[in-house]
Amino acid sequence: MRSFNYHKPDTLDAALALLSGNDEALPIAGGMTLLPTMKQRLAAPEDLVDLSGLPGLADVAMEGDILVIGAMTRHADVAASPLVKEKLPALANLASRIGDQQVRHRGTIGGSISNNDPAADYPAAVLALNAEIVTSKRTIAADDFFVAMFETALEPGELVTAIRFPLPEVAAYMKFANPASRYALAGVFVAKTTSAVRVAVTGAGPSVFRASDIEAALAESFDATALERISIDASELMSDIHADNEYRANLVMVMARRAVALAQQSG
Amino acid sequence: MNAVVGIGSSPKRKEDARFVRGKGTYVADIKRPGMLAGVFLRSEHAHAKLNSIDVSKALAQPGVKAVYTGEDMKADNVGGLPVGWGITDKHGDPMKEPPHPPIAHDKVRYVGDAVAFVVADTIEQAQAAAEMIEVDYEVLPAVVGLVDALRPNAPQLYDDVPNNLCADWELGNSSAVDAAFENAAHVASIELVNNRLIGNPLEPLAAIGEFEFASGRYTLWTTSQFPHVVRLLMGEMVLGIPQHKLRVVAPDVGGGFGVKQFHYAEEAVVTWAAGKLGRPVKWVAQRSEGFVSDAHGRDHVTEAELALDEDGKFLAMRVKTLANMGAYLSTFGPNIPTNLYAPLLSGVYQIPSIYCEVKCVFTNTVPVDAYRGAGRPEATFVVERLVDMAAREMGIDKIDIRKRNMIPKEAYPYQTPVIVEYDSGDPLGCLERSEELADVAGFEVRRAESASRGKYRGLGISTYIEACGLAPSRLAGQLGARGGLYESATVRVHPSGAVTVLIGTHNHGQGHETTFAQIVSDRLGVPFEDIDIVFGDTDRVQFGMGTYGSRSLVVGGAALSQASDKVILKGRKIAAHQLEASLEDIVFEDGTFSVAGTDRKKSFQEIAGAAYVPFDFPLETLEPGLEEQSYYDPVNFTYPGGAHFAEVEIDPDTGIVTLERYTAVDDVGTIINPMIVEGQLHGGIVQGIGQALFEHGVYDPTSGQLLSGSFMDYCMPRADNFPQLVIEPHSTTCTHTPMGVKGCGECGTIGSPAAIISAVVDALKPLGIAHVDMPASPNHIWNIIRNARTPVAAE
Ligand SMILES: Cc1cc2nc3c(=O)[nH]c(=O)nc-3n(C[C@H](O)[C@H](O)[C@H](O)COP(=O)(O)OP(=O)(O)OC[C@H]3O[C@@H](n4cnc5c(N)ncnc54)[C@H](O)[C@@H]3O)c2cc1C
Repeated sequence: MRSFNYHKPDTLDAALALLSGNDEALPIAGGMTLLPTMKQRLAAPEDLVDLSGLPGLADVAMEGDILVIGAMTRHADVAASPLVKEKLPALANLASRIGDQQVRHRGTIGGSISNNDPAADYPAAVLALNAEIVTSKRTIAADDFFVAMFETALEPGELVTAIRFPLPEVAAYMKFANPASRYALAGVFVAKTTSAVRVAVTGAGPSVFRASDIEAALAESFDATALERISIDASELMSDIHADNEYRANLVMVMARRAVALAQQSG
Repeated sequence: MNAVVGIGSSPKRKEDARFVRGKGTYVADIKRPGMLAGVFLRSEHAHAKLNSIDVSKALAQPGVKAVYTGEDMKADNVGGLPVGWGITDKHGDPMKEPPHPPIAHDKVRYVGDAVAFVVADTIEQAQAAAEMIEVDYEVLPAVVGLVDALRPNAPQLYDDVPNNLCADWELGNSSAVDAAFENAAHVASIELVNNRLIGNPLEPLAAIGEFEFASGRYTLWTTSQFPHVVRLLMGEMVLGIPQHKLRVVAPDVGGGFGVKQFHYAEEAVVTWAAGKLGRPVKWVAQRSEGFVSDAHGRDHVTEAELALDEDGKFLAMRVKTLANMGAYLSTFGPNIPTNLYAPLLSGVYQIPSIYCEVKCVFTNTVPVDAYRGAGRPEATFVVERLVDMAAREMGIDKIDIRKRNMIPKEAYPYQTPVIVEYDSGDPLGCLERSEELADVAGFEVRRAESASRGKYRGLGISTYIEACGLAPSRLAGQLGARGGLYESATVRVHPSGAVTVLIGTHNHGQGHETTFAQIVSDRLGVPFEDIDIVFGDTDRVQFGMGTYGSRSLVVGGAALSQASDKVILKGRKIAAHQLEASLEDIVFEDGTFSVAGTDRKKSFQEIAGAAYVPFDFPLETLEPGLEEQSYYDPVNFTYPGGAHFAEVEIDPDTGIVTLERYTAVDDVGTIINPMIVEGQLHGGIVQGIGQALFEHGVYDPTSGQLLSGSFMDYCMPRADNFPQLVIEPHSTTCTHTPMGVKGCGECGTIGSPAAIISAVVDALKPLGIAHVDMPASPNHIWNIIRNARTPVAAE
């Protein structure tokens, strides 16, 4: 790791001021992704702006019909939150299966979506639930937020402050974990609202994406059997030593069927 | 616990008092005055010529004290890393043994080969400077696969090693085997791969070198399983440091599994650099660095055949193996797939003749050497897969075919056709008990229940044997060992009667401080708390060959037992003098010397005190002091073995294999501490299952990059992958070790991979699958299922 200046501002404005116009500055949330990259010398910020001192960024609350989760909320806290468990159990369940104990007690929802790892879990939920990402500048729709592998709509110096989740009728997440890293080899989040069904897939492609064929089939009939005749095009999926693209395509369908079945049970 | 703790009880481990409090002292914890930090620059190419290395920018960086290259070491006459065991090929020629410079010069031969060593005040400075080194590589084509490396046009690693062939080795009588195959009623054959493994001990490798000008002595602190051997190899052969001028210390070591029983380049480099700079130099491997700097294990490709008569009796076995050496020969590299492999091919069976041929092959990969089990898991896997295959093809139950061919208890000692003679064992007894514990009878009901949920369930078996307690020196010498393989122990009795044991084995997780103390407590009647076990320091311990090959208790414990006997004899002499009786009349029991048939007696502690206050000793016949030493050289290997059953369930939708039950009944001889034995079996079994289900060292076939170079990609087994293991001993007594012990450290790793794959294949029986290569990972299994369900049209 290279040496860096450590800042721990206690207001959002102070944090933004430290980041603005400084190409060599990076925010740090849980550090579960950033610190390993710094240790490997792949990232070498000169200034590290710790977000953990900012007030109000780790709150979980209902605002009308919307569940709002602060960007600095740790995975373990989302998993354990009575409010999340009551209003959006699929999300609590997803959070409880991220990484391991240590990671869940450090890593944050804001860090996870800002990082947009193609195998991360939260992006699937954010996209399938049609959530809004609230930043220090604006509000971004989930469909516009995840741009490409490790790339989001965030501008330099822009901070995620909260994620706003509209509540679905039913929802569920199913993940087939990479046996080594336990990230998703394929994770499918299915969400049904009164007006639509949205299905987001993580782990399988270069970035989280919506599976339109699956959505269409489920919109007609929200039942696992509706997916029996559907397959997903493997050619756009990833291949690596753990899973080739055809296997990933299979996993997406298996996880989608299981997620629908689970959603029906819980719904 | 201020009491005698004898053989057969399970006191809590002495060493855990410091470990569970985080108070162990590992190499990385050690700080020496004026210590500098070292970092290796490692090759990013699998195969390249080193045209030039420009270190000038790196040298100019803040804090940098030196940047060394292979040329610098060469100019200083530093030698290559030696091989501890040479083999001779089938034509009588010695193996090809190309030089292995600690830092590469001229050429790099694998991703991770050391190119330069940077020393600076801090690790961060050294890392930053290493990035400033400019290396002009001329990249050459690389070869990583065994079959590929032997192809006529394959890239050649060495000019003088044609076809990358280190040695073409054989064992056994090929004409007898050929004749038996001609007359066989059935021949079963198999082709299989034994997957490359990366050991990943919890503590990464680390080393500190130091030179003291006044005494002219060097000290090396290192994460080693055998400090005396490092002193021998590095001191004599690499750096030319006389033995009395070199101290090697291996303090607390966080797991070894074989990975730390080699002499590594890094040890030599830090020691040499410390001498040049006159300051201590420390190197600690980064976690991901360890993936390319620690020796790897296994990596075989094998074709094997078994000849049987019409009753399924084994007639002969023929095995042809390609074994990956990596880019250079590691300390025991060529010994593992030959001498520690072929002699185990008889398994627990009566097989009249066996022939084995092994080609040791260089490739552009990390050197391959011993890893828990070392050769014996590979042999067991071949034998057990072949036996399963024969059973399947001949329509014989796989348990039954084993029973028909097992060596009966009465047939011991049993001479195999492949050198070794098993002294004792009861494979059938192990199997019958294991069958009961595993509820084999109830399996079909469980299989049907799984099927009702759309899952495949399978039952697998492995009846294995291993040779451990390395090793009878005479036999080892005949097989090419370049040193003896005895062990030594000193029992130092202090005037108080407390005991310090100095032993040449090394404890890095096995619980020696406890087990060895139990032996002494049992023998001498000294309270457990009054016994300290010292190891790992060449300045304190007389000599030793270290810990590997399940040898510590078998060979080291035997030396300790013999040294204890000598202490008792000396104690009896002192007691005879003190009690004014003749030596023959002095008996020693429960920590007390007494005159037989009288109430005259002295405690062990009283005699110890007297030994150091010899006012009236008859000095012509009785020396003061109470300290004895013994060197023990085993007369034979020991042969633990056992019968394991695995039960798995496979989800055909995802291909994931779930281990549902695991049962192991093992014969490890006399058990000193049942808790520790159980722990060793647990760890070993889990490690073997790691190989069977999860672990895989994978190289890119063209670039030679290691694709499984971190825990994100190299899958270690974890607690949640396992059910509670059912483990029970079924011991026979070793006939030639002092306490009847056989060793238990590698059993699990040797027995379990075959049991798992047997179970996976059994589960896939409805699909007609005959063999599955390791690891049985989800994608791999899903592919097999898919291909079996939708047969591809023949090309
Ligand atoms: C062993 C291990 C296993 C893991 N397994 C999983 C898994 O199974 N599933 C999964 O989804 N994830 C997994 N993760 C990742 C984990 O969830 C991390 O928490 C997540 O990737 C990043 O969150 P963080 O809070 O640690 O962010 P950090 O590492 O602190 O930051 C990540 C990036 O986001 C930026 N950033 C952070 N916060 C903000 C913000 N509020 N606004 C703008 N930019 C911001 C940082 O500058 C940095 O570039 C694993 C990580 C580890 C180490």
